[in-house]
Amino acid sequence: MLFRKNYHLTNRVSNTQKIKRTVGNSIAHIVLTIISIIWVFPFIYLILQSLRGESNGVVSYIIPQEWTFNNYIYLFAFEGPNAFMKWYLNTLLIAVVSCVFQTIFTLMTAYCLSRMRFKGRQGIMKIILIVGMFPSFLSMVAIYQILNVFGMVGNPVGLILVYIAGSASGYYVIKGFFDTISRSLDEAAMIDGATRNTIFWKIILPLSKPIVIYTILITFTSPWGDYMLSSYLLGTNSENWTVALGLRYWLTGNNGQAVQAYFTRFCAGSVFTSIPIVVLFFFLQRYYVEGVTGGAVKG
Amino acid sequence: MNSELAYLGLSRPRRFLFKTKHFFSTLPRKFANFFKNIPAKTIPFLKKLAKPFVTLYDAFVYGDWKTRLSFLFMGFGMIAHKQVLKGLLYLLFEIIFILFFAFWGWKYISKFGTLGTVVQQEVMDPQTGISHVIEGDNSTLILLYGTICIIALIGAAYTWYSSIKQCYNLQQVYNVDGKIRNFKEDFKSLADRQYYKTLMSIPVFGLVAFTIIPLIFMIFVAFTNWEKATMPPANLFTWVGFANFDALLGGGGLAENATFAYTFSDALVWTLVWAVFATFTNYFIGMLVAILINKKGVRCKKLWRTALVTTIAVPQFVSLMLISQMYSKEGIFNGILAFFGTGPLEYTKNALWAKIFVILINIWVGVPYTVLSCTGILMNIPGDLYESAKIDGASPFRMYTNITLPYMMFVMGPSLISSFVGNINNFNVIFLLTGGAPVNINKFFAGDTDLLVTWLYNLTVSEQNYKYAAVIGIIVFVIVAFFSLIFYSRSKAVKNEEDFQ
Repeated sequence: MLFRKNYHLTNRVSNTQKIKRTVGNSIAHIVLTIISIIWVFPFIYLILQSLRGESNGVVSYIIPQEWTFNNYIYLFAFEGPNAFMKWYLNTLLIAVVSCVFQTIFTLMTAYCLSRMRFKGRQGIMKIILIVGMFPSFLSMVAIYQILNVFGMVGNPVGLILVYIAGSASGYYVIKGFFDTISRSLDEAAMIDGATRNTIFWKIILPLSKPIVIYTILITFTSPWGDYMLSSYLLGTNSENWTVALGLRYWLTGNNGQAVQAYFTRFCAGSVFTSIPIVVLFFFLQRYYVEGVTGGAVKG
Repeated sequence: MNSELAYLGLSRPRRFLFKTKHFFSTLPRKFANFFKNIPAKTIPFLKKLAKPFVTLYDAFVYGDWKTRLSFLFMGFGMIAHKQVLKGLLYLLFEIIFILFFAFWGWKYISKFGTLGTVVQQEVMDPQTGISHVIEGDNSTLILLYGTICIIALIGAAYTWYSSIKQCYNLQQVYNVDGKIRNFKEDFKSLADRQYYKTLMSIPVFGLVAFTIIPLIFMIFVAFTNWEKATMPPANLFTWVGFANFDALLGGGGLAENATFAYTFSDALVWTLVWAVFATFTNYFIGMLVAILINKKGVRCKKLWRTALVTTIAVPQFVSLMLISQMYSKEGIFNGILAFFGTGPLEYTKNALWAKIFVILINIWVGVPYTVLSCTGILMNIPGDLYESAKIDGASPFRMYTNITLPYMMFVMGPSLISSFVGNINNFNVIFLLTGGAPVNINKFFAGDTDLLVTWLYNLTVSEQNYKYAAVIGIIVFVIVAFFSLIFYSRSKAVKNEEDFQ
């Protein structure tokens, strides 16, 4: 009898707990659904607008009345003032070249600062730290003048040079990763007669695959989103623009009138630009998370 | 020990009171210690500074004639001590540097004090009637090349010093055992013992040429009157001392300066308010969302995370420019408002609404980053902490404030400060969303949502007012340096670098 009563009691408690948990979980699911809708809605809106056929400006409804691919077809122009493909190829060139060199130079800097002890090491680290505290745009006035002397304003090569020259200052996250690789590996290799050069290429780099991929991802994607430097250094000739400059021109150009004619094309161009980067990102997401948290956890 | 126990016995508010009192009571002592420590810290520094001169003195007094001749002819000691190739390289460097300086550098560095005196003139040829330009001095080039020459001079002086030091060392080694490392061995060590020289030379050159020289140049510009009205080559600009910094505080007596000072103080306050809100809203909301996703019993964790991460994957300028259109007068947001019978609401018309708008949109932009970095840390919190808290009857809210929050604060504190600094310089969100709008005609080429950096951008690109741009850049540096200093003086990972490895 007693046993039975107790059994009943526990059963009831667990029942109320169960209800409580179900309610809690449903609330959590509802909240998460709302959050997801808020976060994804602009992209759905973007895709729908890029397929709108009846007008090109900004409108206050979501679903297009007329569906078309014309906005995408319009993008495939290689010549003229609104040659999206030209901008796209420019950006691709800048991204690929600066990605290759930036990755190499950043890795080299990080390796030296992590593994070798030499005169001036602390000095270089301190200078990079202090220099990083200035707003990056401040130095652009001088860089503009320097590039001007060599006739490279408005030339993608100048922009690439500026990106590559900044690679030393990005050493920090990678150095943090190199620091976690045991030094006894280096010492063992050195006893076997390996030089520093061999250690770098044959031991450290193969062990650092995640951080190398992270660096490649970051350096490749950043030129696509950079507006500040490219708008100043690439000038007004639309032949030399990147995607970011061109798309912004479609929204704000012609004293803000351009948006009435180009908004749907802007949407199409945005989708076209974003898809490869989004695919790349989700493909390499694991490494991205590792890089971000790797930098954060070392408080 | 006793006082510690007494402290632990205090209630929360009293602890806070105790800490505050302790802080202020020890303040005079800290102050005194700071000044007491000055000699102990400066003397080693001065010694370090004097070391090269001592070395030079020693090399000259105790060196033989070969070493002494290397003072004039760089690398002579090396040539005399069988390191011919290396010595010749140094000699070649000396010759090139002297030629460079005599035929190119001197032209500019001699005018560095005035930044040029000859104004460009347009002269009409009386016979043909065609006017042509007689070139004057170009202040920009004088300042730019002068800065480069100063850096080059410092670099050359260091090379000269190190060559003498090496010659003196060679003499001493030669006198002891008569054997000297040859050039080939030296060259080979570039792949091993001196590998850092090989790897670092290009990155460091990039750093000097594209960051350090430009920054020094811009610091110089802050002390000149370089703006549209004085733009070379048609005009000259010159040194004006601290006049631009004076204008920042409203001094100088020009009507323009009062507007400039007002704009600056307004933009500074808004920059700090923005940075605080942007950082903390992202942090707390991001953490709550991460906790929600990681909650036991929540399904499709990956789906929720992917929905958020899409924001990171899509290039930022695309989403920001799209949102700026969604909230425009004709946009979808006002369409929804009209459906409910209100509106239209325009963020470009009202300063306060625009500020709230950018902070809200920044939550949308930044929360996914916080969720990503929080997820890993949340999983690292030991589960038994929560279990024992549950047995003690703690509510979920209590568990959040007493377990999750302190743990997250501990791990993510440093990144919080660096994201605060990042937000002070957050160009993209402000520029691409509002472009500084609403426009304020009482301000010096700035809108109401303009941060110091976007204002700096406007002054540079559209107004070419470089003198004020440089001043604002320096002020931003001071603010960022202040907050970073707090961070770096507290972070153990920076202090004990060698322990950490």
